[in-house]
Amino acid sequence: MSKTQKTNLMRLLGLGVVVLLALVPVIGTRAAVQDLFMVMTMLVLALNWNMLAGFAGLVSVGQQAFVGVGAYAMFAAVILWGMDPLMGILIGGLAAFALSIPMAFFTFRLNGAYFAIGTWVVSEIVRLSLAQWKALGGGTGTSLPKGTTKTMFGVPQIKDMLDVSSAAAADALTYWLALVLVLATLGISYAFLRSRMGLGLQAIRDNTEAAKSVGVDPTRLKALVFLLTAFGTGLCGALLFIQITRVTPEAAFSVVDWTAFVIFITVIGGIGTLPGPIVGVIVFYALQRLLADYGTSYLVVLGLIGIAIMLFARRGLWGLFSDRTGFELLPLRKMPPARAQ
Amino acid sequence: MIWVDTIVQGILLGGLYALFAAGLSLVFGIMRLVNLAHGDLIVLGAFLILVAATALGLHPFLAVLIAAPVMFVLGWALQTWVLNRVLGDDILPPLLVTFGLSVVIQNALLEGFSADSQKLSAGGIEAASLALGPVTVGVMPLLTLVSAVAVIFGLNQLFYRTALGRAFRATSDDAVTAGLMGIRPQNVFAIATGIAMVVATIAALYLGIRANFDPSVGPARLIYAFEAVIIGGLGSLWGTLAGGIVIGVAQALGAAINPEWQILAGHIAFVVILLLRPRGLFPRAND
Amino acid sequence: MSDVLLSTRDLTAHYGDFQALFGVDIELRRGETVAIIGANGAGKTTLMRAITGLLPHAPDAIRFNGENIGALSAPEVLERGISMVPEGRRLFPSLSVEENLMIGAHKRKGNGYWTLETVYDIVPILRERRHHPGTALSGGQQQMVAIGRALMSNPEMLLCDEISLGLAPVVIKEIYASFPKIKESGASIIVVEQDIGQALKVADRVYCMMEGRVTLQGTPAELSRDDIHNAYFGVSA
Repeated sequence: MSKTQKTNLMRLLGLGVVVLLALVPVIGTRAAVQDLFMVMTMLVLALNWNMLAGFAGLVSVGQQAFVGVGAYAMFAAVILWGMDPLMGILIGGLAAFALSIPMAFFTFRLNGAYFAIGTWVVSEIVRLSLAQWKALGGGTGTSLPKGTTKTMFGVPQIKDMLDVSSAAAADALTYWLALVLVLATLGISYAFLRSRMGLGLQAIRDNTEAAKSVGVDPTRLKALVFLLTAFGTGLCGALLFIQITRVTPEAAFSVVDWTAFVIFITVIGGIGTLPGPIVGVIVFYALQRLLADYGTSYLVVLGLIGIAIMLFARRGLWGLFSDRTGFELLPLRKMPPARAQ
Repeated sequence: MIWVDTIVQGILLGGLYALFAAGLSLVFGIMRLVNLAHGDLIVLGAFLILVAATALGLHPFLAVLIAAPVMFVLGWALQTWVLNRVLGDDILPPLLVTFGLSVVIQNALLEGFSADSQKLSAGGIEAASLALGPVTVGVMPLLTLVSAVAVIFGLNQLFYRTALGRAFRATSDDAVTAGLMGIRPQNVFAIATGIAMVVATIAALYLGIRANFDPSVGPARLIYAFEAVIIGGLGSLWGTLAGGIVIGVAQALGAAINPEWQILAGHIAFVVILLLRPRGLFPRAND
Repeated sequence: MSDVLLSTRDLTAHYGDFQALFGVDIELRRGETVAIIGANGAGKTTLMRAITGLLPHAPDAIRFNGENIGALSAPEVLERGISMVPEGRRLFPSLSVEENLMIGAHKRKGNGYWTLETVYDIVPILRERRHHPGTALSGGQQQMVAIGRALMSNPEMLLCDEISLGLAPVVIKEIYASFPKIKESGASIIVVEQDIGQALKVADRVYCMMEGRVTLQGTPAELSRDDIHNAYFGVSA
């Protein structure tokens, strides 16, 4: 098989998977819809973090700030301002975007690894501050008013169309939104990485000095990625908490759920590769199901796999796979891939 | 007068944070490694002390003498077989490996010891206090601060007065040239991490005596420690002490205004200081 | 021959894809001072890096004291008795003059001629400045610290990489004035020099390198200016 044939085959396969995924609420069980919703939202978070850490070299461990702010903004929009939750999702994304501007201003002053700590501290500050917001339950949090999701824009129509309960229709709606978010994030990432700016970004990753000398401004490009991924992460956070329906500072700003898992998904799948997070989220989900009965040992295994990948296969499972087979799902270079190392 | 008391309590609290941070500062100063598992390693140290104290019926202050060498070997092994392999220009691998390590240690401890709160019992000294002029201070907090100063003084002596310290500084300056002098950077790093783990064990002693701990408390301690290291100025040990005290005082003042603001006040002090002095209070000249 | 201290045989070396040395054969006899001259990029520093274990290459291409040292790491090479003054001096900025010297003795075995005192004797100014940071001295003094640092391990062989680079002629002269003392202490010496005049003055034998190969060798007396010029620049004058 030639390289182009392999790529085309992979694309055809991808298209098939997307169509199948879109049909799940119609043909699948409600449990499948809910499970896949979580998988897809984790994928969105991972795709965003991969853009940050894998391509822009910004290792943030504070992404939970954007999930949390997105969730809280959505709750505020629904509870305090009486908006439709779907509008709340957009507000969530915008709120995260707004937070990312001062956050970038502060954290970009910190070099390298300390950028990670800076993002973490800011996330803690936002969490502790929102825990003071009494109208949204303060430290104990609050729930969406009963029935909010059932009357959400689009739910009655889906209910009629699929002939299911309102709750199932709401699940289907959030599911499709998650799928749209996955595809949009993938599509935008792909287009961005193939654009002049994206190629500049990869040039920076490979060699900052050389990139500077050909006129790429690393800080501006990285800041752009930081703001855009904040927006995507905020949207996803708001969407997640429509499904979860209850928000607390701890859950919304959970470093384990929204950052640790996301990091492992990306690392295991292949950091700095576009399909990496997809592979990672599948492995993550499989491990979760497989080790569900073993409680915390699941996290131990996840951590050990992550460490092993960093020691022995830095481009993750996808990197291993595409190096061995020459398959590329979303090729970023038109030239043959650079040698390993 | 209440303000004097608050500030004194804050300084004492800062001593604890400086102890948490000293090991991080040492390791960062020598090999530019940011160890995200440091907080969990401190908690691991606390459990080691607990096990030694319970199994042998020892006072925690004696149990440390058993835990510390174990932690040294652990640090040495960790550096030799894991961390040395990921050190380099790319900051991503060491960050992700130590992050993975943090999750592994935390959850392995959960498996082994459950999520129950534990405490190291030091007997009567825990409740003892003494009057220092107008303020009354607890003996344990005072001992913590004294230990922090002693540890940092000791590390400075090691750094500036011994052949090992010379090798530390030379390797930190220029590992390749240090190799030409017969220094094996990887060994130097392994010893440094071993020493950092001994310091972490001392931190664990005070962590365990002064408050309840469980396997999940590491990251929260880690964040204060990092704040202390960063605002102190990277690589400066005395700066780390100052940084710890700044965070401690800010938290005490925040708590005095509203108990819910304690942690927040510390974080905000961190942000404000970095906005004013991006390289921290005492930056090293040649970084 | 038993009096051969160091020999390289068909030594090649690469930086990634770029081949920097092509079958270099050189030899240093015990007690000898050999100069390696050549233009920038001729491979002189690469040769030094290969000998000291900083650059990987074929394990059996370098023999020192009858032992293959090609596969050894830098610290292991030092322990065999080879010490280098690296190009650009590379003093440790956080160490004082005296500490820089002492770090050179990090792996010294037994007693040898070189101690802090004997180094200070040949460069008395360093004794006065011993508590200053190494990098606070003048260029020439820094170079002497770097040489002293390399001597502190009491090497059998001293490699000096471009020690006159960027220094004034009078300072270079002072530095080379210490060489008889170094030879007297029993060390054999390889100097890498771009300054041909200086090299011919100090060396028993000279190798000229160009583009990763040895293009000329001989004693200073044997070599004519034209030979050297050709070997150095590759074109006839």
